[in-house]
Amino acid sequence: MSDDDKMPGHPSGGQEPEGVVLTEEQKRRRRARSIAIALVLAALCLLFYAVTIVKLGPAVLIRPL
Amino acid sequence: MSDVASREYDSPPNAPRALDMPSHASVADYVALLKPRVMSLVIFTALVGIVRAPGEVHPVIAFTALLCIAIGAGASGALNMWWDADIDAVMTRTRRRPIPAGNVTPGEALAFGMTLAVGSVLVLGLLVNALSAALLAFTIFFYIVIYTMWLKRWTPQNIVIGGAAGAFPPMVGWAAASGGLGLESLLLFLIIFFWTPPHFWALALYKSGDYARAGVPMLPVVSGTAETRRQILIYTLLLVPLAMSPFFLGMAGLAYGTVSGVSGALMLLLAVQVYRRREGAAAEIAARRLFGFSILYLFLLFAVLLVEAVAPAWFGL
Repeated sequence: MSDDDKMPGHPSGGQEPEGVVLTEEQKRRRRARSIAIALVLAALCLLFYAVTIVKLGPAVLIRPL
Repeated sequence: MSDVASREYDSPPNAPRALDMPSHASVADYVALLKPRVMSLVIFTALVGIVRAPGEVHPVIAFTALLCIAIGAGASGALNMWWDADIDAVMTRTRRRPIPAGNVTPGEALAFGMTLAVGSVLVLGLLVNALSAALLAFTIFFYIVIYTMWLKRWTPQNIVIGGAAGAFPPMVGWAAASGGLGLESLLLFLIIFFWTPPHFWALALYKSGDYARAGVPMLPVVSGTAETRRQILIYTLLLVPLAMSPFFLGMAGLAYGTVSGVSGALMLLLAVQVYRRREGAAAEIAARRLFGFSILYLFLLFAVLLVEAVAPAWFGL
């Protein structure tokens, strides 16, 4: 394999990469999207908890075991 | 070098990509798909519907309803951008949107829009009530299927009929808060419905080249600017008394009557200027003034309705 075949910035140097290799910018954007999704899911958990308490009231905790 | 790797390093950042390529989309691109400025107007008018509705609604339920309406509006924006990406690419006003800019693929926008549309309607139905969820679903359907897919490219009356989609949010808010629909919610709907044509046609008057290039049959492109000016005046003549009707019907107070009267007179004056100034820079300035003021006009009407609804409780008036 010649030097021209090496992937720039790829940790394996001259190893042929498998699949799609993300650029640093793509990795940064994917991480930002993942964090945004995590925050939205956390906010939805809080929302469903709050609505449950509002709709059912404190009695939601009083139930036969 | 493999084919995938060569595509990876040879493609410019904004080039169209195959579906198997990694996404370039940033969080800001997804936020842009939601049309945040349109969303802010939807949130505001829906809030007015919620606070004006009869009966008590828990703040958490009201917040949930507002959130779902906002997300539903955002979903409509994303689906609109998915369908209209070809038009957006040739219009100066819209060519920097995420899809024509190459940051988001149409498939990503479609998946994002559909997820939010289904999610917002389901959550509104499960956590608030079925009527408001049905109305929100109909609003999204109306905006995407009736307006975006059908009317927009077919008739110069596109924004007249399609304007109903933008007029529904206060009605959805009203239904979320009260579980029903009232005459006042219908008036709120009609005010936005009759406000939409003069607002958009004023914009279309000085952006008609854009619409013509994109093949969108806006009224100035199809019927000419003289007919557009006449229609703007007619719709403004209908809008101003309609906007004052909540006061005359006893649904709003003196503050609303005063503000709707004064701002309505200004709106009418600007519409008359658009009708009379037909040539050169003066014509464009008149159209730009009407477009700008129409936004302030609608904001003032709904802001006073909001203040009149909350002031007695908050300030003991």
